[in-house]
Amino acid sequence: MEELPFVLEQVVNGVVVSAYYLLIALGLSLIFSLGGIVNLAHGAFYALGAYFAFEIQPYLGFAGALVLSPILVAAIGIVLERTMFSRFYRSDPILGLLLTFGLAMVIEQAIRIVWGAAPLPFQIPDFIRGQLFVGDMIFPYYRLAMLAVAVLAVAGTWVLLNKTSFGRVVKAGVQNPDMVAVLGISLAPIMTAVVALGIGLAALAGVLLAPISGVHPAMGAEIITAAFVVVVIGGLGSFWGVVIAAVLVGVVRGLAIHFVPAAAEASIYLLMLLVLLLRPRGLFGERIMRFE
Amino acid sequence: MIYAKGPAKGLTRRAILKGSAGAAALATIGAPAIVQAQSDVIRIGHLTPRTGFLGPLGEYGVMGVTLATEEINAAGGVLGRKIELLAEDSVNPSTASTKADRMIGRDQVIAILGEISSASGLAISQVAGREKKPFIQTGCNSDELRGKSCNRYMFHIEGANTMYINAVGDSLRREGLVKDKKWFGLTADYAYGHDLLAVSRRYAERNGADFSQNELVPTDSTDFSPFILKIRRARPDVVVSNLAGNQITNFIKQYKEYGLEYPLAGGGFDTAAAWGAGPEAFAGIWPAIWHHTLDTPSAKAFTAAFTKRWGKPPENQAWGDYLGMKILARAIEETKSTEGDAIVQHLESGAKFDVLKGREGYFRSWDHQLMNEMYSIRPKPRDKQADQWDMLLLGDPVPGPGDDLESIATSRSDSACSLG
Repeated sequence: MEELPFVLEQVVNGVVVSAYYLLIALGLSLIFSLGGIVNLAHGAFYALGAYFAFEIQPYLGFAGALVLSPILVAAIGIVLERTMFSRFYRSDPILGLLLTFGLAMVIEQAIRIVWGAAPLPFQIPDFIRGQLFVGDMIFPYYRLAMLAVAVLAVAGTWVLLNKTSFGRVVKAGVQNPDMVAVLGISLAPIMTAVVALGIGLAALAGVLLAPISGVHPAMGAEIITAAFVVVVIGGLGSFWGVVIAAVLVGVVRGLAIHFVPAAAEASIYLLMLLVLLLRPRGLFGERIMRFE
Repeated sequence: MIYAKGPAKGLTRRAILKGSAGAAALATIGAPAIVQAQSDVIRIGHLTPRTGFLGPLGEYGVMGVTLATEEINAAGGVLGRKIELLAEDSVNPSTASTKADRMIGRDQVIAILGEISSASGLAISQVAGREKKPFIQTGCNSDELRGKSCNRYMFHIEGANTMYINAVGDSLRREGLVKDKKWFGLTADYAYGHDLLAVSRRYAERNGADFSQNELVPTDSTDFSPFILKIRRARPDVVVSNLAGNQITNFIKQYKEYGLEYPLAGGGFDTAAAWGAGPEAFAGIWPAIWHHTLDTPSAKAFTAAFTKRWGKPPENQAWGDYLGMKILARAIEETKSTEGDAIVQHLESGAKFDVLKGREGYFRSWDHQLMNEMYSIRPKPRDKQADQWDMLLLGDPVPGPGDDLESIATSRSDSACSLG
């Protein structure tokens, strides 16, 4: 079949592009599964990450921005967690939704006020331009690097949650917060750290995607729906579910563009619909946490 | 379930009653002030998208119209009265329609300016037509607005898709990128994109290009890599963008990322898209309706005043909204009237206006399209760039000095509009 190499190319490209979806969805999933907060402001933190990188890059270069910007945004996250998020861990999820919805609008408007509405130029750094050719396939080095960072972020988060005492406390806290408290462990600083990590991951995604998706105030609103689709397909609260879902979404979208380009974005919603029909809790969701 | 709990506490019937009583009291206090203000100012409405993917352009429009208003008022206003500008976010067609209705009905504006989305522009024109108030649109490109959907009260400062395609096509022809060449199109999948696709296909047909390959791109796509892979497989002679807003920027950047060599061209363009892509990524040949490096006295004066007021040079959208206010003020001054029909008659009369270009422009009486010069642009060599805004090289005006301005616009026999 003559068309096969083209289809294969889209599948492989879809796997590379899944880094894009993985980066934006990972932090969102983390905050939800551990804090029970559906963070609608996730896209806004993603945008902040890109804007901070825009300011930092002239001084410290792209590598400096890649490290410093997520740390600064996570610091903002810590303040917001202490003053706002922490009040809603155990309350009706809709309150957290309202809070983060408002926060998303406030941050987007703040960006408009500080940096203006026009998109800002942000280039792929010099040292990582160019393309790798494998047979007849083409891969920009930058996208491969993005995939590597996404894999590292997933691995790091997994180790942190599964192989450290910090991770054990977090897991215990999710299962039974009262028992953790009785044992004399304060959950508050743990939750702060988890939210900061999730928000930092959003900012990391913002820095990495800035050269591809552009830096403009609505960039957060642009990706938030796709991020939710990935989390929902993977199953709310499931770590590996997010990873598998990101790859699925990347590949399905690539194939859709090959066969029915106009359905590129609709395809990921169709995928979500299909998954939810067959498995209402998502691919790997153990249970529909806190919403049941 | 998310919505399992009852209504939020605190919002009682009593609270709602109190609230509405307060609002009613405020309304009575506020009303006389509005009536009084009407007698000594001329109110003009401005609607344009300020959020969403056209928002960045809309902000430039607001800066342009604000500057024009300030200049007019500083010079004593029109007919001895100051202009009061009411500017709001048009959001989407239904909100635009509601706001236009309110501006005309409650706020008593004498005309409405602005808009970028062709769909919202159509909605505003319907309100304007019903209320007999002029609507000067500054950013809607769809041919359909000047054709099938034309309206006696709507005037078009923004160029039609046909004008844009003819302007860029002129450059492409000279480069040998049209006759017998294979074009590959990427088209934004909404009204504007489809209109532009139809117009560019017609151009290709008449000039011997093969434009059989085209992909529709959903407006919420941010990753173009699968499309770029398809372009690479198709090996076209020219890649033609019929995209809009931020998607132009994203596509240009990602096209550069993949390093494909096929020349880029586009049917619609705004300077902000090039500024957003940055000088390193920007490539291709594109049409332009105005650019701040134009070397005519009135263009230079506008660029200087705008840069002084806003700290950066005007984008072409700022030109449109600035010009809209200036033309409206001229029309009021000339007719000594703020009546909608008087203004429409004057604009239809073929009156010439300084449009901040080499030649004066005028509105065509039968479709209300502003006839004026267009340009093509391409990247400026890096060593010739004076600053971060100076990254585009402006071509010669189209049509050339000896040619009729109407030669790039839809001919009357091709148009579905028959006003006047």
